[in-house]
Amino acid sequence: MSDLPFASPYVPNTDEDRAEMLAAIGVPSIDDLFLDIPAEFRAPPLDIPAPLSEMELRQEMERLASRNFHAGTHPSFLGAGVYNHYCPAVVPPLVTRGEFLTSYTPYQPEVSQGTLQANFEFQTLTAQLFDMEVSNAGMYDGASALAEAGLMACRVTKRARIAILDTVNPHYAEAVRAYAGPQDIEVYTITADATELQPETSAVLAQYPNFYGYVEDVQRLSDMAHAAGGLFCISADPIAISLLKPPGAFDADIATGEGQALGVPMSFGGPYVGIFTCRKQYIRQLPGRIVGQTVDTHGRIGYVLTLQPREQHIRREHATSNICTSTALIGLWATVYTALMGKRGLRHVADLCYQKSHYAAGRITEIPGYDIALTGTFFQEFVVTCPKPPAEVNLRLEEHGIIGGLDVSDQIDNGLLLCVTEVNSREQIDELVAALECIH
Amino acid sequence: MTNFNASLTAEAHNKRRTLMERSRPGRTGAALPASDVPPQLMPEPSLLRDDLLLPEITEGEVVRYFTNLSQLNFSVDTNFYPLGSCTMKYNPRINEAIAALPGFAMAHPQQPERQVQGTLEALYILQEDLRAITGMAATSLAPLAGAHGELAGILTIRAALDARPGATKGQRRTMLIPDTAHGTNPASAAMAGFNVVTVPSLPSGDLDLDAVRAAANDELAGIMLTQPTTLGLFDRSAIEMCQIIHDAGGLVYADGANMNALLGRVKLGEVGFDIIHMNLHKTFSTPHGGGGPGAGPLCVIEELAPFLPGPVVEKRPESTYHSVMPAQSIGRMGGYQGNFGVLIRALTYITLLGDEGMLEISGNAVLNANYLLAKLKPVFDLPYDRSVMHEVVFSAKRRKGASALDVSKRLLDHGFHAPTMYFPLVVAEALMIAPTETESKETMDAFIETLFAIDAEAEADEDFLHGAPYNTSVSRMDEARAARQPHLRWEPAE
Repeated sequence: MSDLPFASPYVPNTDEDRAEMLAAIGVPSIDDLFLDIPAEFRAPPLDIPAPLSEMELRQEMERLASRNFHAGTHPSFLGAGVYNHYCPAVVPPLVTRGEFLTSYTPYQPEVSQGTLQANFEFQTLTAQLFDMEVSNAGMYDGASALAEAGLMACRVTKRARIAILDTVNPHYAEAVRAYAGPQDIEVYTITADATELQPETSAVLAQYPNFYGYVEDVQRLSDMAHAAGGLFCISADPIAISLLKPPGAFDADIATGEGQALGVPMSFGGPYVGIFTCRKQYIRQLPGRIVGQTVDTHGRIGYVLTLQPREQHIRREHATSNICTSTALIGLWATVYTALMGKRGLRHVADLCYQKSHYAAGRITEIPGYDIALTGTFFQEFVVTCPKPPAEVNLRLEEHGIIGGLDVSDQIDNGLLLCVTEVNSREQIDELVAALECIH
Repeated sequence: MTNFNASLTAEAHNKRRTLMERSRPGRTGAALPASDVPPQLMPEPSLLRDDLLLPEITEGEVVRYFTNLSQLNFSVDTNFYPLGSCTMKYNPRINEAIAALPGFAMAHPQQPERQVQGTLEALYILQEDLRAITGMAATSLAPLAGAHGELAGILTIRAALDARPGATKGQRRTMLIPDTAHGTNPASAAMAGFNVVTVPSLPSGDLDLDAVRAAANDELAGIMLTQPTTLGLFDRSAIEMCQIIHDAGGLVYADGANMNALLGRVKLGEVGFDIIHMNLHKTFSTPHGGGGPGAGPLCVIEELAPFLPGPVVEKRPESTYHSVMPAQSIGRMGGYQGNFGVLIRALTYITLLGDEGMLEISGNAVLNANYLLAKLKPVFDLPYDRSVMHEVVFSAKRRKGASALDVSKRLLDHGFHAPTMYFPLVVAEALMIAPTETESKETMDAFIETLFAIDAEAEADEDFLHGAPYNTSVSRMDEARAARQPHLRWEPAE
């Protein structure tokens, strides 16, 4: 058959196969299988490039990748919600085993026990880490998880007004608004020292540590939400809470987080995994996939997708959410990382982040013209006020071969949000300090 | 009932022990550095966590545990996986290699644009490729999954309709959804604040245009049509349907879940669709990962471009690339630039296969589905006896003792993943089969032969299939118990 002259390494049909199959179907050519498409629209010219060999493709992609200035080759002090943590070499080959990589949502539990048990482990470890009663199997990312927490709080309280702290990651706040607006849920901003909420507030949404790296009086915010009959929802960093008190300790009703911090590559913004935990009494309002333990017909322990009557494929427009992924592979990545780090390792990583960032902050305050903008306890991030606009400071740092921080001058005058994690050596921090000394 | 303790060896039990059950105080799986800075003042003790319950396990034990778990899965790498709607094609490993290049994997989404021109250029090329494939005017790569793309897409429609000159904000809030649609469509429409009106399909499988006409009033926002439909059919009413919706002032949303059949065969933008999302994990071979991550980019006509979710990548005349929010964007639906790691895999796939590869994909995917249709007609009812696109929906109602569930479970015994069962809802005992272009005729012939054998088993003994599967690591699970007594995490023994 000359229908398809091109042969890729992925399609096994030979001309002979195709001829036999067409004969069985009873049509003369492959093109005849597309006759339901009106003729005037059929087989339009396709304006994409011709095929490439794998070798040429790799060269082209390496060219693009090499144009980037990145944390693999340069010290980086950029965090702001996405963190560069060291991931043990064993994680990628384990997670990308074909049986995990190329399976799908475990609709057939008899042949998906691997994925299901891994999901159950994710639920166990995130619930324990966040000190919350239950967890789902994962969301898209930290931003959408917080947005879904806001919607869930409105379902639980049957109210339609959300208070969000002005210290929440601005991208998260935008996602909360994008999700809430269409459902006529009002979102208003409060400060960490607010003492009053608007009437009928369904939830207070906070971040811990906050976007600028600091620990707020979370217990007070939680109490305020509860006193108003609302829920307290908190987006927490999973590394920070292995050193600092976890969300459960503050009576959080829903606690979410960005799972990327658990050793997942930064990968320019995704794929990540959203962590979503809550009180057990709300499980039937949870969005997303949930895995439960049960037994088979022989009484053997196994796992299944459960509480599915919340979900879109059963409830359609009455579902708790339209989400139908658990971002399982990234959830697995976070699970394997957390299992390796374990009780002591995760705490150790958090401790290194704390120690090194405080060393860096201390050194930077000694530089004339630089100061720490905020007071209080921070974990691994802090805002420095610079003698020059932060954009210019970042450009100059780049000339020194350093990736600087996030420019937050729209919030804090000449503010630069810096992040230091365990991957930053003392030598790198001293380099940063030396470079900043030249920028004044 | 068999005593499971007797039927399982100690080692089989051992393999399934959870992480917490494997934990022993004093073990660790990570070799971490000591601090190289002078000790710093710690926060006051009241801020510190006092207990952290996490496993203590060695690296080798973690490897053995997860390796053994992985072997309990069916996957595309190990089994034919004809799960309809999901396009379970082979996932080329070059995709993985490219996504893991440090220049991509180590790039931070908030670096200054001049430092990440490589990733922005890659995203721009993908935007352009998807635009060309769909015949649309603009692309947003921001949505993080198919359903996320749906939600973002109809929010885009909502914003565009509200912004039309003379429009009354909030007036157009009815979204038509065919009865064959995926559950995500009505769920997304509800999340976006629309009233859902279900539209029936005809016995031919095409949409009932009279029902569309009847619903086309000045409250109409639009329609969400999966094209090809979930029945595996190219909906022949689509062109007229687009006309009806447009005449009523609405917009037409294409659910691109089944784009695999259309690559290089038709551009939905030319047919009259206004917006489409694609599932890169289906059509463009990025791995499904046991249930994500995916990516659900949107392509739209000119009118909708200013409202797209952001950010999107813009190319300036001096060949620099910039990440920008569209002028009247519905905003951010996630944290950053979309699932870049998924997007770069899809770009890799499209770039390797090129224009000719797109035709090879759709041609062979559709050929394989029609071959299964032709060969399996003697075993199952075929509710819509037409040439199909890349998947075919049968009904298993003919044979007593061989429901869709029974057939599916018995297939597992034979090493085949089950088709999608009981969907679409309009077909009784539905079995939806999508072979994809990456399966060989030999594999499909073995699958066909197996289905004939299963049919014979059911004929010989009406009850036999109810017990299937017999050869898997576990048998049918007690799902009622899972829901009644939710056990959602490991609990310490009393």
